[in-house]
Amino acid sequence: MSFLLNCPICGTREVTDFGFGGEIVVRPQDRPGERELNAYNYFRANTDGVQREWWWHRAGCRTWFQAERNTSTNEVLWTAVPEITDATQAPVSPVAQARAAGGEELR
Amino acid sequence: MSRLDPQPAERIDRSKKVEFKFDGKSVTGFEGDTIASALYAQGQRIFSRSFKYHRPRGIVSASGWTANTLVQDGEWPGVRATTERAKHGMEIKHQNAWPSLNFDVMRASDIFGGPFMPAGFYYKTFIWPRSAWPLYEKVLRHAAGLGVMKKSQAHREWRTDYRRRHCDVLVIGGGVAGLSAAIAAAREGADVVLVDEDVEPGGQLLWQGKHEQARKLAEEARAAGVEIMSSAPALGYFDGMVPVWQGSTLHQIRAQRHVAATGSIEQPLVFPNNDLPGVMLTTGALKLAALYALKPGENAVIATTGERGLEAALALQAAGVNVIAVADLLPNRSNELTAAVEAAGIQLMRGMTVVEARGNKHLKGCTLAQIDENGVAKPGTEERFDCDLLAVSGGTVPASSLMLQAGAKAKFNSEANCFLPENPPPGIHPAGAVAGKEELEAAALSGTLAGARAAQECEFGDGSAATAAANALEALPTPAPAAPSPAYQRTAKPTGKAFLDLDEDVTTKDMKYAIEEGYDSIELSKRYTTVTMGPSQGRVSQLPSIRAVAAQTGLSIDETGITTARPPWSTVPLGAWAGRPFTPAKRSAIHARQRELGSHVKWAGDWRRAYDYGDVKGEAAAVHQAVGMIDVSTLGKMIVSGPDAGQFLDRMYTNRLSDLKVGRIRYGVLGNDAGRITDDGTVCRVADDSFLVTTTSSGADAVERWFTWWLAAWEMEVHVTDVTQGLCAINVAGPKARDLLGKLTDADLSNEGFGYLDGHQIQIAGVQCLAMRIGFVGELGYEIHYPAACGQYLWDQILEAGTEYGIKPFGLEPQRILRLEKAHIIVGQDTDSESNAYESQMGWIVKLDKEEDFMGKWALERANERGMVNTLVGFKIDGDDVPIEGSAVVVDGQPAGRVTSARYSELLGQSIGLAWVPAEHGKDGSPLHIKYGSKNQTATIVHGAFYDPDQERLRS
Ligand SMILES: [Zn+2]
Repeated sequence: MSFLLNCPICGTREVTDFGFGGEIVVRPQDRPGERELNAYNYFRANTDGVQREWWWHRAGCRTWFQAERNTSTNEVLWTAVPEITDATQAPVSPVAQARAAGGEELR
Repeated sequence: MSRLDPQPAERIDRSKKVEFKFDGKSVTGFEGDTIASALYAQGQRIFSRSFKYHRPRGIVSASGWTANTLVQDGEWPGVRATTERAKHGMEIKHQNAWPSLNFDVMRASDIFGGPFMPAGFYYKTFIWPRSAWPLYEKVLRHAAGLGVMKKSQAHREWRTDYRRRHCDVLVIGGGVAGLSAAIAAAREGADVVLVDEDVEPGGQLLWQGKHEQARKLAEEARAAGVEIMSSAPALGYFDGMVPVWQGSTLHQIRAQRHVAATGSIEQPLVFPNNDLPGVMLTTGALKLAALYALKPGENAVIATTGERGLEAALALQAAGVNVIAVADLLPNRSNELTAAVEAAGIQLMRGMTVVEARGNKHLKGCTLAQIDENGVAKPGTEERFDCDLLAVSGGTVPASSLMLQAGAKAKFNSEANCFLPENPPPGIHPAGAVAGKEELEAAALSGTLAGARAAQECEFGDGSAATAAANALEALPTPAPAAPSPAYQRTAKPTGKAFLDLDEDVTTKDMKYAIEEGYDSIELSKRYTTVTMGPSQGRVSQLPSIRAVAAQTGLSIDETGITTARPPWSTVPLGAWAGRPFTPAKRSAIHARQRELGSHVKWAGDWRRAYDYGDVKGEAAAVHQAVGMIDVSTLGKMIVSGPDAGQFLDRMYTNRLSDLKVGRIRYGVLGNDAGRITDDGTVCRVADDSFLVTTTSSGADAVERWFTWWLAAWEMEVHVTDVTQGLCAINVAGPKARDLLGKLTDADLSNEGFGYLDGHQIQIAGVQCLAMRIGFVGELGYEIHYPAACGQYLWDQILEAGTEYGIKPFGLEPQRILRLEKAHIIVGQDTDSESNAYESQMGWIVKLDKEEDFMGKWALERANERGMVNTLVGFKIDGDDVPIEGSAVVVDGQPAGRVTSARYSELLGQSIGLAWVPAEHGKDGSPLHIKYGSKNQTATIVHGAFYDPDQERLRS
């Protein structure tokens, strides 16, 4: 996989400079039912085509932004810092990802 | 001895000598020589032994198109001797022959073998018994060795780097088409990079008597602003990124538009003994003569299907080779070229071709004949010649691999008699041979067209240059087609193997067996016979193998199709992809001082940390009895500030932090919406709108990412600043900690003025610090955060002030014992991605009554309702028999949990630890059965801290 992403702060960079946050999922507003909670936590659409997703300029300004990308062609339609006013868009834990990657843990 | 008089286009500088070693013997060449050309000049004709049969092999293309001339250069295996420049002091060794190139015992497999190693031989022979595979592997690796890798890379000197380059137009290939394209695009104003695998641009012009034209074009390109990269093969096409290997750098070039001007590759003919040293492509013979002033042979015969062979005959004759005969497969060719050949006194044998080569270690002669439709010599037409050079030309195929990788489809073009890439994806333009334009003028025009179009697509120019080139191209006459060569041309009773693929030693017979055994599609027979799978990636074997499959299956070439083109197109060390091998280490600002104090250093995540100072027991004892100090600068540290900071932390942590008073500290656990614990640490309110948050050492990056992610999603007035690197931290702990610090500060350290879980900004030894009274190691303690610039200074001050109390610096290992005595968990060691706060004995810190939503609230509510399945408990074992971390917890003879931490506590005189057990077996005082290997231990479950469960010492 190789393509360019336009960081809204820094400009265009190789995708390897960025961290991937996965597709944007909607965080339930009120106490969700068990099925809804599991779907939110674990299920992803895994779209073959255009999806909205989170990216993070890991080797740069460390800003989180959103992009619309075609997962089949890696064509990036746009990137933007979100202007969101509610808690509807939920990232999936990067902390858990880091833990899963292993490494000796220390306080 | 093989060196000709100076040739007009030669690359060598005869005034400068280069000396190197080949198999221990001295070789002297000239600057500009390749390894192979210098060796050839000294009479070397055998450069390797073949992969399976260990047959002698020599120069074929002088272009690196076969594995024949792969050599070992010091610790680099697989170096292409025909393209790699000879350098002073090189230590070159041959590959794949034992004991020597001239006498190889494995040749027996060729001479006596008969069908000793047919296709699939390895698959069929060495599979049984399974247990013997390691032995087979050893023998096979030696027999089929393609060089030797240095086993340890620890002290290697070579490094690989990468460089990124973005441009408007990338032109791949520096022949006439590529140069024309680059010039056209650059003149329109585009930023153009041209990459070429040869040492200088010019392609075929350089050795076809047109080097002056090549140099003029290169000059024009440079003048137009083209960045020309030489000795730089393009390796593949990855979503528009083209990696280019040059020297020891992988250039990752990304362009808006591409021009594929990758040229063509001359194809061999397939006949018995077509692999003998002395049998070359006309390309190889011409390159040796023109570029390195080498006489490729004394007496030459040429067999060709097109005009290349006729041109080669004239060029070789001019260079001083005695060209005896040219066999032209086309029976009726008659033009200026044929007239010139005949005028030069060369016997032109129309309608004939080569049907066998003779010789043992080198070519001695060949037979020419007319052939029938199956490729068999017609009786009575055979003519034998003595010669030491047989130059063959079976036509050319476009080097379309990069185009195909980019998504173009290969389609057989009967007019051009080869597969041409069609329907390339937008943005990649073929030029020259890959566009079906091989003739010089057509290639140049198609280059100009491609370059101008590419530039236009990048919004340079008005398109008039492209239109002009297209019109000129249209006006050119169509060239005469080449004669299609047969799959296998031979005498009536052929003796000797005929090779489809020199790299992999695949013969016509192998292909015949493969198809008979049912591997009758090109992709299947490729995998079964490994044809085209060698280092040269089918450059000179793809068309012969397609013809062989087509001939036997009765399908057309078109129907047979072409195998999938995959990267890398050129051989490249794996290290090029991996990049520079390095492991960055983080070290605290106090690290050097700790080394001086005798610390043993170990990896802890990305950090290098003091593991101990050589006295684990003594260090732990000092903390309990007097005072100890540990560098905890590795803790993640963040300042979370802004009007909404408290509210934000309430959303992130399971407990409430917005009501924390300035100067107070609270422990907190971070979780995700699945209710799993992800990190923990302390939060200290340093001002109304500002908190210092600490995280685990390894979790610092992830927590920062987590916080900023949610802040990106929520509109809150909060700012997160990672100050991990900016602050040092020392934990001073032990009953004498207060006395010690009292010597260094005027601040009130009394229990009344500075209580447990207070965090005060005070001066210690003149340094502004945030001192936090917390107790990870179970004694009165102060975690002191201060600017990293003062790191060593304050450490020294504390150590010196503590001398009278018997202070000891302590490392990670004693800290682990001390925290375990308190049953303090380490997130990630004692918990995993399935652990929730309740099961991890952190239920006390989950405030479900918080009205606001927080991370994991819903999942934790359910976990609380459902109750625990498993639980994390402490355990103790009398004596010092410490179970290994990871040991199984056994219930009713079945594994039911695991030990996550275990140490011997000198203080308690017991082994202690933490373990996951099924909740119903986790009651205080219950027995716990631990099994590791054949060892069984019985422990007793303990709830709460092993030491000072009422926290009296922490609060003292
Ligand atoms: Zn950025």
